[in-house]
Amino acid sequence: MPVILTCTDGSLYAPSIYQHAAWAAARLSGSIEILHVIDHHREHSPIIDISGAIGFNAAAELTEELVKLEEAQGRVARLKGKAILEDARRQLANIGDTQVSVTQRHGSLIETLEELEPHAELVVVGKRGEHAGAVQSPLGSNLEDLVRISVRPVLVASRLFKPIQRFLIAFDNSPSARKAVAYAAESPLLRGLECHLVMVGRADAAHSAALEEARAELTRAGHTVAAKLKPGKPAPVLAATVTETAIDLLVMGAYGHSHIREFIVGSTTTQVVRSCAIPVLMLR
Amino acid sequence: MDSLSILSCPVPELGSNLLLLAIPFRNDENVAVSANSSITEVLSSSASGMVPEQAATQNMNQFINRVFNRQRIRQDWLGNVRADLLAGTVVALALIPEAIAFSVIAGVDPKVGLYASFCIAVVTAFCGGRPGMISAATGAMALLMVTLVKEHGLPYLLAATLLTGVLQILAGLARIGGIMRFVSRSVMTGFVNALAILIFMAQLPEFKGAGLTVYAMVAAGLAIIYVLPRFTRAVPSPLVAIVGLTIVSILLKLDVRRVGDLGELPSTLPMFLWPQVPWTLETLGIILPYSLGLAAVGLLESLLTAQIVDDLTDTPSDKNRESTGQGIANLVAGLFGGMAGCAMIGQSVINVKSGGRGRLSTLTAGIVLLILIVAGGQWVRQIPMPALVAVMIMVSIGTFSWASFKNLRLHPKSSSLVMIATVVVVVGSHNLALGVGVGVLLSALSFARKVAQVIRVTSTLNPATECRTYRVAGQVFFASAGAFTAAFDFKEALDRVLIDVSHAHFWDLTAVGELDKVVLKFRREGATVDIVGLNEASVTIVDRLGSHDKPGALERMLEH
Repeated sequence: MPVILTCTDGSLYAPSIYQHAAWAAARLSGSIEILHVIDHHREHSPIIDISGAIGFNAAAELTEELVKLEEAQGRVARLKGKAILEDARRQLANIGDTQVSVTQRHGSLIETLEELEPHAELVVVGKRGEHAGAVQSPLGSNLEDLVRISVRPVLVASRLFKPIQRFLIAFDNSPSARKAVAYAAESPLLRGLECHLVMVGRADAAHSAALEEARAELTRAGHTVAAKLKPGKPAPVLAATVTETAIDLLVMGAYGHSHIREFIVGSTTTQVVRSCAIPVLMLR
Repeated sequence: MDSLSILSCPVPELGSNLLLLAIPFRNDENVAVSANSSITEVLSSSASGMVPEQAATQNMNQFINRVFNRQRIRQDWLGNVRADLLAGTVVALALIPEAIAFSVIAGVDPKVGLYASFCIAVVTAFCGGRPGMISAATGAMALLMVTLVKEHGLPYLLAATLLTGVLQILAGLARIGGIMRFVSRSVMTGFVNALAILIFMAQLPEFKGAGLTVYAMVAAGLAIIYVLPRFTRAVPSPLVAIVGLTIVSILLKLDVRRVGDLGELPSTLPMFLWPQVPWTLETLGIILPYSLGLAAVGLLESLLTAQIVDDLTDTPSDKNRESTGQGIANLVAGLFGGMAGCAMIGQSVINVKSGGRGRLSTLTAGIVLLILIVAGGQWVRQIPMPALVAVMIMVSIGTFSWASFKNLRLHPKSSSLVMIATVVVVVGSHNLALGVGVGVLLSALSFARKVAQVIRVTSTLNPATECRTYRVAGQVFFASAGAFTAAFDFKEALDRVLIDVSHAHFWDLTAVGELDKVVLKFRREGATVDIVGLNEASVTIVDRLGSHDKPGALERMLEH
């Protein structure tokens, strides 16, 4: 049975994450594994003592001091996580009768996913994490790292879940975009849903040919496809299309460019995800 | 594949070699690997031949992947900005006296140690495998350079530093990080204690023929360093000691040696400088022995420190990347007029204690060090030596593992012996590499001695058939081979001997030779000998190396 790996941190997005996971589990006839990762943020020190002196058994004493502090924090974090997982179980039981398992691990979300992901079919995460307040806050950089290391499709849940009837594939003919098209064609996740295929760019022969090829692939798989080539900049055009045609789910190949380019230019993917208020299915 | 898993148990790092070795053993029936030398040849040729090369290419790729992992980069650099900047500054202040003191040990101008500390700190911040660890010019390395500097001068030291870097890079690519497993805890403790003793001893010349002033200043410095933190932890107490003693010595016009008397201090940024030595084989012959020692000690202290920081922060580190990073750092240091260095235990503990966790703390330490020294050179020149001595005594006290005194009584005697032997050899030779070598050897011997006791031979006699069955259980190898043979009674007149080794492991050629000897001895007494239950590991070795079941075995034995 395919496993839907669902990452939660008990944030504002949690209820929606569970609903998206339940939707995916129903479509893929899979089970849900809820993952809570306790990140101890070892990159911060609980002790800041700038006296600069080291006495007898300096290392041993410092270790003892650190362990004492982190032990207490660790226990609290674990109990908090347990409560989150219990709540997740309850919420999912209310939604439907999907098979649910829970996993609690220590470490960072990214490294934990790297370990667990291979046995999953799909990863579900929230658009923003625990500390996200305002809607305009920058998209968690965690999300990009997560999608970049991900070998599975990642479903990024929006703030609120809405039943999904129409999906739009944002197509730029990059390898990851072609992968997105192939996934949409093959996977039972999107079968039978209304399919829109949009490419943003100049209306030239190369673009049209690529778009036509993608359309043909989807049609062969049984989708009825509305394909469009639109001029402009990807993020605003896609956002507008999503609102106009009442799209419920955006499907796209993600982070096609190198780290270095994106350090400089910024990522199109991030802009698109930020400007659309709907869930996004990303493929790398 | 059972044989492989058994074989690779005690030497997991050889697993890949054994895997390759096992293939010709199993499939290539035409090659008779009967002589003992041939397996040694196979072993050595595969160990020095293709395996490391392939591994190196693969490691290079992994190295690049690790260095350019975006999430890692962000977390390592920007995860802890404020605390890292603060901790790095605290460390920089403590690095200045140390770098100067270690230059004194090595017999070079303070600028050599200070430039080295800057270069090494900055480069390891980027290339090291352990975020938050502090590397710079160190005492352990300085001690190894003394004779080279004395006999050949600074240019040769710089050349040796370059070569050290190259050797360490190679070591990192060849995954030397795993070799640390063979350095036992006792050896590590010995290393740390010896290092602390050497740093302390290096301060003693400052007291030679010194007046009361020097003693008083050192005592005052130590008092400030250890007492001040009881009142405030907002300022680094070693800094207060240094500043306080400097002011006092200027005001009272005290007649003490000052940093300015030691030699040239840096007045500019370090400049690229190709070492002025003849690039000949003769030069290589001079610097190579030093570089080997420097590379080994540098890696040892760095990996040990990385482990300490791992334990302190409860986070993992990449030991192979650290090895390569140390190499690159020394390469750069050598090219910019600095001496070889490595990670520093004391400074790394100070960094973690001050809240430093990320790479930014190491970078800050290096940059602040250089700014302070270039901008404040006038003041650094005025620092009285007793103030430096006080700081270095603190470092040696902080480095020494004081628990090892208590542990002398609690730990097994063999462990304590290893620790003490390491300390004694290092203090006697001033060479940490030598001490660690002796320590590793002793702990390996003590391990072999212990495991050699894990062998038991029992036997039962069937009077009707005049057949005795010997049952061998446990580990048969060079250290237990004698006990193995001694367990057989060759004087007993028997028709048949059955040796059941199904619960034994034959580890090496000595074990195989010993089994051969037992079989041949029984045969010469006229008994038929059968060996049963050789597990697959033993089969692999015995089939190929033994000679008892081959024609003419007895004759061949007699020839020798």
